[in-house]
Formats: sequence, structure tokens, C-alpha cells
Amino acid sequence: MNFKNSPVIDQVGIEERVARFNTRSIKKQSKVSALKLALNMIDLTTLEGKDTEGKVIQMCNKAMQPADGINDLPTVAAVCVYPTYVAIAKKTLGNSGVKVASVSTAFPSGNSLREIKIEDTKFAVENGADEIDMVISRGEFLKGNYNFVYDEIAAIKETCGTARLKVILETGELSTLDNVRKASDIAIAAGADFIKTSTGKIQPAATMPVTLVMLEAIKDHYLKTNKMIGMKPAGGISTAKAALQYLVMLNETLGQNWMSNEWFRFGASSLANDLILQLAKEQKGVYYSKDYISID
Amino acid sequence: MTKENIGLKWEYAPSPEATDHAKINKQYELFINGKFTKPNSKKCYNTINPATEEVIAKIADANEKDVDLAVTSAKTAYDKYWKKLSGAERAKYIFRIARVIQERSRELAVIESLNGGKAIRESRDFDIPTAANHFFYYAGWADKLEYAFPNKKVQSLGVAAQIIPWNFPLLMAAWKIAPALATGNTVVLKPAESTPLTALKLAEIIQDCDLPPGVVNIITGFGATGAAMVNHPMVSKVAFTGSTDVGKLIQKSIAGTTKKLTLELGGKAANIVFDDAPINQAVEGIVNGIFFNQGHVCCAGSRLFVQENIAEEVISKLKARMQTLLVGNPLDKNTDIGAINSKEQLDKINNYLKIGVNEGLEIYQSDNCSLPKKGFFCKPTLFIGAAQSNRVVQEEIFGPVLTIQTFRTIEEVIEKANNIPYGLSAGVWTDKGSKIFNLTSKMRAGVVWANTYNKFDPTSPFGGYKESGFGREGGLHGLAPYVNLI
Repeated sequence: MNFKNSPVIDQVGIEERVARFNTRSIKKQSKVSALKLALNMIDLTTLEGKDTEGKVIQMCNKAMQPADGINDLPTVAAVCVYPTYVAIAKKTLGNSGVKVASVSTAFPSGNSLREIKIEDTKFAVENGADEIDMVISRGEFLKGNYNFVYDEIAAIKETCGTARLKVILETGELSTLDNVRKASDIAIAAGADFIKTSTGKIQPAATMPVTLVMLEAIKDHYLKTNKMIGMKPAGGISTAKAALQYLVMLNETLGQNWMSNEWFRFGASSLANDLILQLAKEQKGVYYSKDYISID
Repeated sequence: MTKENIGLKWEYAPSPEATDHAKINKQYELFINGKFTKPNSKKCYNTINPATEEVIAKIADANEKDVDLAVTSAKTAYDKYWKKLSGAERAKYIFRIARVIQERSRELAVIESLNGGKAIRESRDFDIPTAANHFFYYAGWADKLEYAFPNKKVQSLGVAAQIIPWNFPLLMAAWKIAPALATGNTVVLKPAESTPLTALKLAEIIQDCDLPPGVVNIITGFGATGAAMVNHPMVSKVAFTGSTDVGKLIQKSIAGTTKKLTLELGGKAANIVFDDAPINQAVEGIVNGIFFNQGHVCCAGSRLFVQENIAEEVISKLKARMQTLLVGNPLDKNTDIGAINSKEQLDKINNYLKIGVNEGLEIYQSDNCSLPKKGFFCKPTLFIGAAQSNRVVQEEIFGPVLTIQTFRTIEEVIEKANNIPYGLSAGVWTDKGSKIFNLTSKMRAGVVWANTYNKFDPTSPFGGYKESGFGREGGLHGLAPYVNLI
């Protein structure tokens, strides 16, 4: 396949469009429903070397019941962990409907052999992962070795079986929006179910301009093939206000069909608490102290 | 979120800007010699809110005697104070106006939207800040005129008669007043009859800024008032922004006098999209080009030229984007397209819609927008498959109506783009820099935007070719029409 012909991107135009999304004023019921939707779209994430089983279990509990004392809170969409914690997460979540996502393919750098990446993925899937968050080989991509990247994604997709595959482009290392578009097109063509901005380990992580470029790739693919691809901005989205701005962008770029956690996720750890805080404010009219909201 | 809600369209709840902080009098008189003065004509008319058709205030209708009074006081102020004042002192007054506009920007934005029908998003984020910027920019030039025109002695002219349109009321006032004051002239300004309120607010601001009386006079009225200003013998300079027809009249009536003239008139800009353009951003640029300020923009990109091989993609994306445009209450912060400025203008636009349909063009309007029952509103509209000979392609509509033509070669598109009596602006969309320069050097248009549209900055000159007028406003070039160089 020839990925040299991906559509070009005008960065100034992208940034202007984003600025316009950010002037939307979201109030009242449209705000409450969006805050709940955003909470329902979160992949609650812990990806640290110092993770423990105990921490993963606590996070799973929070995923199922984000906060006490606030009415009608949805669950989050999934928890996102390293492969070694998939089994315990799966067990804790049971049949709550919250999915288990596992990073794989030598996350976060992706610098490893293909066989090892496949083994890594196999291990996560066998332990019960519903979703696999893989990273692309940015080095090969930047070299221009697009077929290598394509083949690798296709191989992991095959290993995933029925698990949905999210492909992390690590846009903070791709340097230009043209590259982001190209990488999105490659991932989609190779079989990604979701495309995802970042590992959260590299700055900048998710930004609105990058996410808009990826949403446009998804839209163009949909217009050509009628096939929907999901989107997951991850890293750096920590406030309810930012989440609403992303939803405005989603709403006006891809529209209502994408406005659910089947097609859109936020990769975040601290976002949930700010959403809870804002929802509590909408229900009770005053702000909670943050001390009332658990941080696990 | 319950299952039933998932996938439902997310609609934004109304988010109207408050209006109670905006102080509007029931009646406005003429601002002459630093005071609000009863008109000699004893006549007044109603100014309305085009979004609701409600009367906002009574406005004085100045007659010839009032004009004479205003011009005389401007002339006296010129001879007595303003001409003698150093550039640095003039600059202080202009800076003061800029700062007060910033301080009262919220009130001015609300009044601009109430009286003109434009979306608050635009009056708040574009009109008012840009108006303040023009005053800031020209304040900076006031004491540096010898650097603007090296090796020349710069002389001011005297009284400038300035007549401005209704599409950007306060901004156009700023474009006119700021360079005139910076170069040492005094001003008689007439806002358009349908949108006088922010200009009258500006008169209050000028009063608060303690400008010497008569340096800026703001009078209201109709065409006859404007004609009296243009023909007044004490006027040294006429600056007009508006329709080409009136521009021609003005040029005739000052023929044989020494009055200097700048005209900024109509336009029918080509917006040209090549197949190597960033298409999604180009679609956004097309939308900004034609639907900005309901299409009431003289430099609006109202003729779209798309390269044949991408026409289908561009048109389908444009239609999809139009579905997300929110048309309605101008004061709602989420409104993208507000009200048409007047009944008269709406009738004119609707007439062109009929003409386009009768000419056999395919018409497209978003089915996702319902217009308010009261007020003057128009759905954003495309005419697909248009040709050079169509009237909707040749004539300025001044509304949210875009005609779409296709082209094959660059020579063809340049020829078609230039094949129009106007020449104010144009847009070109391509990823290739060489193509941009090739095309821009051949376009007979005052402004050519590349990979963007409708960008304005005080530092950048603006003005037209051919029947779009002459003279430049903005930037260094904007000083020249207000000075004699010796």
C-alpha cells in the first residue's frame, strides 16, 4: 500500500477549528448529560512500574462505582493495566460490564522484536483482556518504513482474536500533523478498531489538534467504506472542561453515532474525579471538597 | 448514561449572553461639537433589532443644516486645536479611546449583536477587539509620521467626511476614525441608518475620553445626510465604504473639487481550491469565507472554484459541515449564523435565491436548521453547478449564499476568477507554495488569502481593484489617504 499519498494537513487551519470548538458554551442539561457521558467513556488507567495488585483492585472498584452519594453515576468504560494485572482486574470486575484493556507490544517504547510483541499480546488476551492497546514502532515509521508498521499492526490484530485493538500512535514523537494523519491511515488500513494518541509517557500527550486530525482520518475512512473506527485521546486530559471540549469536537466532527464509549474513550486517571466533582456540583449546587472523592 | 440515551444527538442548551448590563438610551441625538445635540430637522426614525423586529431606540435624522453644523465644528476644532497638537498628544487621545473600547467591550459586543444581528461569538471575538486594535495601531503612528513617509513633510488635510456601512458598524468606524485622527484631521462620521448604536456609543466614549469638542462628530441619518456631507465645501476628504452604486455617485458629485477620496465598495471574491489542498481545512475556510457575518462581508468568498477531480468530495464535506452550523438568536453564545441585517437585505437575498433556482441551479440548504419565526433569517445556501453567466455568480448577493463552479486548469481558473467587475479579495487553497505565488501574482484582487480566509489585522492594508474601489485602509498604506506629502 502507498501511504505517501495521505491527505495533507494545514496546522493553522486545524488550530483555528479547535479554537472554535472551544468557544461553545455548554450549560444545564446538555452539560450534565455530557459530564456523565464523559465519565462513561473513561479508560481508568494505571501504568506504573510500582503498580500493585491492591492498587489495581481498588481502581476496579472505583471503575464500577465511581463515587458514593451522587445519583445516577455511570460506570467507566474500562480499566487499562499492564498485561500482568489483566487476570486480577478481570476477576475483580466480574460481569459488571466494565472492560479490561491491556497495553502490550513492549509498551511504551515498542522497541522489541515482533515475536516478543506477539507473545506479550497473546499473554494479555489469554488472561482475559477485552481490549489491547498496542504501540506502533515510531522509529520505523519515522524512517519511512510504513509497510513495516502496517505489517506489525496487522500481525497484532490477528493475535487479538475477538479483543478490540487500539493502536497508539504516540503522536508526541511524530512531530508533524501530516505524520499523525499518515500514521492514522496506516493503523486504520491495518485493522485497528481504535486509534489512540499517546502512551501518556511522552509529552505532549493528547492535544485537541492531534485528536482532530485523527477524527478526520476516521471520518474520511467512514465516508469511503462505511466502517466506523473508534478514537481514544489519552494523557493530559484531566479536567471536566477539557473533556467537554473534546466531546464538542467529536459531536461536530463525527456526530451522534460516535457519541458512546463503544467509539470514543478518554485515556485518563485523574479526569474521573473532576467529572465527579462537577456532577456533584450540578446535583447539589455547591462544590464538594476534593477530600470527599477517593483518589484510587 | 442509560442505554437509550447513547447515540442520541447532543444538543447544546441555550446559552444567551446577558443584555441587562448594556446601557441603551430610548433616544439618541446628534453628536456635534462634543455634545449630544437636538437635530434641526426635528425628525427621527426607529432602529430595530433584526432578530426580533423590536424597536430599540429612536435615532435622529440629520438634515443639511445639521451636517453644516457638524462640519463647521469639525473645521473649527481642526483650526483651533487639533492641527496644532503634537503627534504625541494626539496619540494619547487615540490610545485612550482604544483602552475604553476594551474596557467596555462586553457592552459594545452585546449592542453590536442587538442592533446588527451578528452572532455574539463574532462581535465579542472579532468586531470589538479588532476595533480596539485599530485605535491602538494608529495611535502608535501619530508621532512617527515622518518615519512613515521618509524625506517628506506630512500635512494633514482638514475635515474628513466618513460614511460607513452596516456590516461591521463599530469596526468600520474604527477603520475610518483612527487613521484620520492619527494624521491630524478632524472627523464627521455617519454610521449606516440601520446600525447606528455602537457608533453613538463610541461618541459617548469619545466624550468620556475628553477629546477636544468637534474633533470627532458623529451624525445619523439616511442617504441624503451622507450626500450633504460629501458635498459640503469645507470637507477636504471623503472616505466611503458601501455599495458600488453609491460609490459611483459620490465620485461623480465630487468631480472638479480638490476633495480626496477613498472608496471601499462591493466584491465577489473567488475562493479557489486545488486538488492538492488540505481538504478538510479548505472546507472550513470555505465556510468561514462565505458564512462569516451571515455573508454580509464585502470580501466574502462567495464564488467557490473547486478543481474537478475533488469537487464531489469537497461538496459532500461542505454539506456535512453546514449541518452543524447553528442559525438563530444572535445573542446565544453557540450561534454560528445570526440574523440578516434588515428586511430590505433579506428580500434582496431571497430574490437572488429565486433567481438562482430559476436559472436552473441545484440549490442546497441544511435540513438541520429551523429558522426563528420572527426576525430576518436566511438558511446558509449553496448553488451547485453554477456558471460564469449566472446572475448569482456575477452579482454581489451580500448574504450566506455560495455558488460552486469547477475548473480543470490553473489558467482557466485565473481567467474565470478575474472575469468580474469586482476585485476586492480572493482565496487560494493548495499545499504547493509555488502555485500560491503563481496564482496570487495574477489575481486582480486587493487581498489574496492563501490557505486561510477572512483574516484582518490593523497592520495589513485592505482595499480593492476595479469596481471594488480604490485607496487602502489599514497598515502604513492606510495613512496615505489622510495626508498631503510635500
